[in-house]
Amino acid sequence: MAEKGVAGVWRKIRAIYNIQGNQCKTCGNYYFPPRLVCPTCRRKGQLEIHKFKGLGKIYSFAIVRQAPDHFKRQMPYVIAQVELDEGPRLTAQIVNVDVDKVEIGMRVRACFRKISEQGHEGIIVYGYKFEPTMEVTGHD
Amino acid sequence: MVGIIGYGVYIPRYRIKTEEIARVWGEPGEKLAKGLGVFEKSVPGPDEDVATISVEAARNAVKYARIDPKDIGAIYVGSESHPYAVKPTGTIVAEAIECTSEMTCADFEFACKAGTAAIQTCMGLVSSDMIKIGLAIGSDTAQGRPGDALEYSAAAGGVAILVGKGKPVATIETTVSFTTDTPDFWRREGEDFPSHGARFTGEPAYFRHVGAAANLLFRKTGTTVDDWDYFVFHMPNGKFPLAMGRQLKVPNEKLEDSLVVRQIGNTYSGSAMMGLARILDIAEPGSKIFMVSYGSGAGSDAFAITVEDEITKHRGEVPTVDDYIARKTYVEYATYAKYRRKIKALG
Repeated sequence: MAEKGVAGVWRKIRAIYNIQGNQCKTCGNYYFPPRLVCPTCRRKGQLEIHKFKGLGKIYSFAIVRQAPDHFKRQMPYVIAQVELDEGPRLTAQIVNVDVDKVEIGMRVRACFRKISEQGHEGIIVYGYKFEPTMEVTGHD
Repeated sequence: MVGIIGYGVYIPRYRIKTEEIARVWGEPGEKLAKGLGVFEKSVPGPDEDVATISVEAARNAVKYARIDPKDIGAIYVGSESHPYAVKPTGTIVAEAIECTSEMTCADFEFACKAGTAAIQTCMGLVSSDMIKIGLAIGSDTAQGRPGDALEYSAAAGGVAILVGKGKPVATIETTVSFTTDTPDFWRREGEDFPSHGARFTGEPAYFRHVGAAANLLFRKTGTTVDDWDYFVFHMPNGKFPLAMGRQLKVPNEKLEDSLVVRQIGNTYSGSAMMGLARILDIAEPGSKIFMVSYGSGAGSDAFAITVEDEITKHRGEVPTVDDYIARKTYVEYATYAKYRRKIKALG
């Protein structure tokens, strides 16, 4: 059966697997998701691909207790605004954490997880989520 | 000489105790845990599968080895729980670790030894200079039918091993294999859970193949038990590798350090490789490691490995097996059933 939406997922793979955005060489600003034009410099902007380190801290968060059907298995779960070390903020799920332990300012790192499945027969979408860094060497 | 230039592991955070599974099925938990030698097992989160576990392990391996992933010429992922029946897990891993597209890739399946078969394939490709570096992964989110004996041990985890020349952290001196048609454990196409031959999985299957491959390796290397510092045998439970050790007259202290099965269960394609990774985390340079994997169906791959001085320069780059074992949160059976999709009404 032909599936809809496959091309849309495929186009974003680079960005969502590795938090790949861009940086404007003119003003130095970082962007995620990647942009076509630097909103600050406009036509003077020089955008280059930038892979973010995937490290940051929780800027703000919410605990989801009423979820769409395909996220019910994960309830309750945390959706946060993560501020990356390079500056940009992005929205992501926080995993490997007890929901009552999450706090603003918590140090997190990107991990690779299943984001959604297009039904039993469709494609599986993978991408970034974030987890607290372990207090051991080599986890940040 | 060809060797391991880097390795990385990943073990999911959730654990369920053997006693908790036994409580649900009305079995004597404490006695079962002691008998099996499995006290708790790892459980993947609801958004984890072999692709995510493989990627986490592979990213650790690349970081540990400090290589450019564009130098990887082959990726083979061994598993019996690939998320797709058709679409290789390795393609997802390759993209997620930013390999070049100019490489070869395939998924392997040989029950619990698909990962070591991948190591052997990479050894061949590296030795013949067809590729510079090969990535071999053994990773599983093993299935156990609710109430079946396998449910106590079927766990999740993955190990990624980068095979190359140059300055290996451990040299793979040689490898041998022993393979027969022995139907001890199988899963038919489209079935959710595997079936097994109960007691038949012991003597004619595990012990025959691991024993034969071990003896082949002793013969090929002209060594005896005394020449080795560590032994790693595939760990379907905590009992079989110890019994294998007794048959081969391996002292317990040479085997104990690899027995991660007690805390995380059988990670199937990652099982023997996880034991090896634990040894590589702690072994002194110069140590000799004797590893034998086992895959039902059935076959064993045996490896002679020497730890090199280079290993001391890479330790601390990534979390160790023990770090991942220590990071844990217990779940009760109901949560485990929900996460593992054993509740069919949820889809």
